[in-house]
Amino acid sequence: MSKKPLIDLVHISKAFDGETVLDDLSLSIRENEFLTLLGPSGCGKTTTLRILGGFVTPDRGRVIFDGEDITMLPPNKRNLNTVFQKYALFPHMNIAENIAFGLKISGKSDAYIRDKIAYALKLVNLEGYEKRNPTALSGGQQQRIAIARAIVNEPKVLLLDEPLGALDLKLRQEMQYELIRLKNELGITFIYVTHDQEEALTMSDTVVVMNQGYIQQMGTPEDIYNEPENAFVADFIGDSNIIDGIMLRDGLVEILGVRFPCVDAGFPKNLPVDVVIRPEDVILGDPGKGLLDGVVSHLIFKGVHYEMEVQAGGFEWLVQSTVAHPVGTPVSINVIPFNIQIMNKPVSEDEKAVALDE
Amino acid sequence: MVRTKAFLKRFYVGLVFFLLYAPILVMIICSFNNSKARTVWGGFTFGWYIQLFRNGAVLEAVRTSLLLTASAALIATVLGTLACLGMAAMGKQSQGVLTSITNIPMLNADIVTGIAIMLLFVRFMNLGYTSMLIAHITLCIPYIILNVMPKLRQTNKSIYEAALDLGATPVYAFMKVVLPDLMPAIFSGFLLAFTISLDDFIITYFTKGAGINTISTMLYQEVRRGINPEMYAMSTLLFLAILLILFAANRFQGNQEDKENI
Repeated sequence: MSKKPLIDLVHISKAFDGETVLDDLSLSIRENEFLTLLGPSGCGKTTTLRILGGFVTPDRGRVIFDGEDITMLPPNKRNLNTVFQKYALFPHMNIAENIAFGLKISGKSDAYIRDKIAYALKLVNLEGYEKRNPTALSGGQQQRIAIARAIVNEPKVLLLDEPLGALDLKLRQEMQYELIRLKNELGITFIYVTHDQEEALTMSDTVVVMNQGYIQQMGTPEDIYNEPENAFVADFIGDSNIIDGIMLRDGLVEILGVRFPCVDAGFPKNLPVDVVIRPEDVILGDPGKGLLDGVVSHLIFKGVHYEMEVQAGGFEWLVQSTVAHPVGTPVSINVIPFNIQIMNKPVSEDEKAVALDE
Repeated sequence: MVRTKAFLKRFYVGLVFFLLYAPILVMIICSFNNSKARTVWGGFTFGWYIQLFRNGAVLEAVRTSLLLTASAALIATVLGTLACLGMAAMGKQSQGVLTSITNIPMLNADIVTGIAIMLLFVRFMNLGYTSMLIAHITLCIPYIILNVMPKLRQTNKSIYEAALDLGATPVYAFMKVVLPDLMPAIFSGFLLAFTISLDDFIITYFTKGAGINTISTMLYQEVRRGINPEMYAMSTLLFLAILLILFAANRFQGNQEDKENI
């Protein structure tokens, strides 16, 4: 993968009616990257995408595309195309006319346009749909056409605004694989906006987690999941136990009065910290065999695993395990040092954990 | 029991239609009656229609009416559609206020509108074709807005952005993407405005000035002078014309909806 930056967002700020949506955001996007902007609604991810598309002008800051300042360039002059959340197919044109729209504007020959339509329809697995009406297609098919309509123009970057949001679960998962395949076949940059963490982790090379107009963390899906930098990221990406702790020294943290060995180092001595432990990393055993004893208070079957709540040390631990422990069972809790993640306490509102799906 | 119920249902519908259309039916029959008396059937004739088309004053009124109505409806369609686009770009609150204001001419008593417009015009210009045209445009615009605004609200705003995104200039995007989507609503608004303008009497009467007559004002003059079966023929034709236009408008809208619901 090329490491050359293709797009640079430089100190972008934007407010709507006095309400700050983006605050001094800087972001560099490489060529050929699948980058996902992930965050809850109102975090500024869609505004960022619309600034890239040219539909919103930032109050401050610049957008650099391929070495050129395109901050003030109107959308029709930009070498990138958007796939909109609600497909936005032109209802009075058939599929072929929809796909040909951009090509006709750029003055391509009829033969070229015909070839391109056939190629694009093949790419999205909808061969022979030229004469159909957009309204006659299912949501998933309409989304594929919207993608076809965008990519025939051979943009350097494809912007996707929650393109799978309106589809049902099964179709969404299929389309995720489809999008990865498309990105690899086309070899262009995808910038993807979603609030669905699973979607972001599955497809992206890079995930940018946003909240309240700030970038909270940027990294590979593994980095984001395994080493969240703050409580917001830990809580937004997957389930987690976030517990107050004190860093006693390098490799030892005190949680709920008990000393847990860990692998993190470099924090000042006796610093109050947030400790993240993923529910699948909590090991339940017989009482007395672990670091902490407790009692199971809830048990739910989730399909792949059981989800339990364990009262231990005055904290309600969320635990996932393929082995069920009935409610009321005394258990011990153990966590291997590698699975304990230490984070600094939040310094601002946007870094705090939020209850999203509860 | 069920039978009686079914009968009563049909009887009621029949009664409503009878009360609505009996007067018009009587008028249509009279227009073919070969007798000037309204209560005597003197045999079937096209005579009144033939006389009607030989009457220069009538033909002149028809010409004035059609020209007036067509230009008023057309101008109102353009202005009304532009107004809708402007309103759609406004905030929710100002949009609500403006929509109510544009509805007022529709609900206001025609005679009040007519007198008000006349008072305004006599101050600035001579009453005549121009004043009549302006009055009719005023009359038509609310009906255009009434038709176009809901359609504009339900269109997906991103289709305009999608067109820009694919390289279209704002004008091209509007002409190729937004306008075709609105066209059915604009056209049915135009037809509605056409019928409203064609059969308007009150506003026309107050703004027309001397010597000019539309079909409706001429009918009024003739009827005051004495009932002439020619006028029955005239009214029958006017009724049929309006009926045809409304029928066409309904068919057109119906087709559009079918298309969208495939």
